[in-house]
Amino acid sequence: MIEAMGILLGLGVALGGGLGVAARLLKVEGNPVAAEIEEMMPGTNCGQCGHPGCSAAAAALAAGSAPVSLCPPGGKALASALADKLGIVSDLSGMADRGSVIAFVFEDLCIGCTKCLKRCPTDAIVGASRQIHGVVDDACTGCEQCAEACPTGAIVMRPETDTLATWHWPKPADRLAA
Amino acid sequence: MKLFRISGGIHPKESKELSADRPIERLPLASVLRIPLQQHIGGPAVAVVDKGDAVKKGQILAVGRGMVSAPVHAPTSGRIVSIGRFVAPHASGLPGQTITMRPDGRDEWGELPAPIDAFGVDPAVIAERVAASGIVGMGGATFPSAVKLNLRNRHKLDTLVINAAECEPYLTCDDRLMRERTAEVVDGVRIMRHGLGVGRAIVAVEANKPAALAALRLAVAAGGFADVTVVEVPTRYPMGSEKHLVQTLTGQETPARALTADIGIVVHNVATAFAVYEAVRLGRPLIARIVTVSGGAITRPGNFEVPIGTPVSHLVEQCGGFRGTPERLLLGGPMMGQPLASTRASIVKGVNGVLALAAAEAPTGPIMPCIRCASCVAACPCGLAPFDMAARIRKEELDGAVRIGLLDCIACGSCAWVCPANIPLVQYFNYAKGKLTAEQRTKHKQEETKRLAKFRADRLEQQRKAKEEAMARMKAEREAKKRQAEAAARVEVEG
Repeated sequence: MIEAMGILLGLGVALGGGLGVAARLLKVEGNPVAAEIEEMMPGTNCGQCGHPGCSAAAAALAAGSAPVSLCPPGGKALASALADKLGIVSDLSGMADRGSVIAFVFEDLCIGCTKCLKRCPTDAIVGASRQIHGVVDDACTGCEQCAEACPTGAIVMRPETDTLATWHWPKPADRLAA
Repeated sequence: MKLFRISGGIHPKESKELSADRPIERLPLASVLRIPLQQHIGGPAVAVVDKGDAVKKGQILAVGRGMVSAPVHAPTSGRIVSIGRFVAPHASGLPGQTITMRPDGRDEWGELPAPIDAFGVDPAVIAERVAASGIVGMGGATFPSAVKLNLRNRHKLDTLVINAAECEPYLTCDDRLMRERTAEVVDGVRIMRHGLGVGRAIVAVEANKPAALAALRLAVAAGGFADVTVVEVPTRYPMGSEKHLVQTLTGQETPARALTADIGIVVHNVATAFAVYEAVRLGRPLIARIVTVSGGAITRPGNFEVPIGTPVSHLVEQCGGFRGTPERLLLGGPMMGQPLASTRASIVKGVNGVLALAAAEAPTGPIMPCIRCASCVAACPCGLAPFDMAARIRKEELDGAVRIGLLDCIACGSCAWVCPANIPLVQYFNYAKGKLTAEQRTKHKQEETKRLAKFRADRLEQQRKAKEEAMARMKAEREAKKRQAEAAARVEVEG
């Protein structure tokens, strides 16, 4: 009887101690899923989702307090990737996907105030004070911050059009003859 | 020479008799030439002439940009009318950067580089001339030829294969070239062999071109060229696919997604060999090519030497126009050619044919469900299962299609040709490959913008720190000055 009690006590102390040590040694800072989700986000911290940046949005997604469709620049593609990642079945058919857009500056409206280029998270707008600004298409993520900052409404978001380098064959119509 | 069998392949109706007996003709110049700056795989060329410039025939119009690129030269003498966007000879019909010139009718050559004593110089000199002459793969792939000649620097090579199979139905431009300009072609082949730094060259011609075979053999025997072998390969589509041609000739299979150079062989097209002859022996850049105009809806089919930049409409007009309404208009052969969005587009370096097919030649039946007959599996020269790949792509399972070999597909169209259910298999594959590339491009852009965003955040942080430090320093200085002033005041008071 004493032996059994001793063995159980020993086991309890050893296992409990082990768990305690493991919890200390293998402690995970933050939510690992959040970090993985952050990798998937556009990473420009544009704030269109209402969170103060991509890492905050990723944390909210990981905690389940934000819908997968929160990121407009990521579009439907990101939403479905997020749904897969989080194991959520979510109906995205209603989600408005504006496609990928990039900023465009109407040169006759631009007054060269440099407000937009200070706001651009990827330095995609080039220009200087009282010079017409231009957008580097390859660096623009379509986050719309510049359009909000522009005092003359000279910046609009335009859908990205196909070029010879980006065009590819469309999918054949999925229609069989009866 | 012992040949090896390849699996799959088909025997489509050749229809080469429409144009095979028509000698190469030169046509009157078009009133306007439109020369695209992207006629090759790689970076587009950059214009070095301006609107209004007078240019001479053979003068450089645009220089190549980057490692893989090719310059563009003036096909005739004349004046540059504009440099801007114009509909490209591409299935999409989208515009591309184009130089428009109006010929002055004098067709005057400009200053050309001096001819090279081909066999007395280093191979690098040949490759350099080929690059400067804007020569690209003229079988349709349009990969810059000089880059392929320079493969000798990175791979151990032993053989140059000249692809003269011309396995696409209808096309006869290479056939005519070999029959009419035999000596030049053979010289070009030998120059390329030297430029590649290998000992032997094999010219592979399909058995359906006996006249070209005989002419080549005669020229090689007459010259006593031991380094060139002319080989008759069986007539079977797609014999002209470089990997399949190499396998037929050597029995060696090129590994998936590798180059033939990895097994010591480089393949060039026979029309490229002729262009190399002209560039090295005469100093002439690539400014014209031979094009087959054929099909049931063409009044007068034939083979024509066409200056680069000639509008397709001009070529068709010179052939007597269309007979009836063409069911399909193609650039290239009927199997792998690209549909032509507009006849205003130009003939470019990679266009070997213009086909206007009548309704009877391009039968289109209703698309029906796959019956798993596996005809496509038997026909696929790459040993793939086209029906399975298409089914996966239909359900957007692109990764699944890649797993079963989508990226090894050469889009030859054999599967679609045999399909009894008329399933547009190749279009599925082209769609999937394009979509995958687009996805990769998006991912790459995302990585790049993330890098930019981080760069900006770091910079802002640095600026903030620098500002703080500057403030602290100024404050310290101010205090030091104040203390000094106090000390001085004290000294004065005490003094």
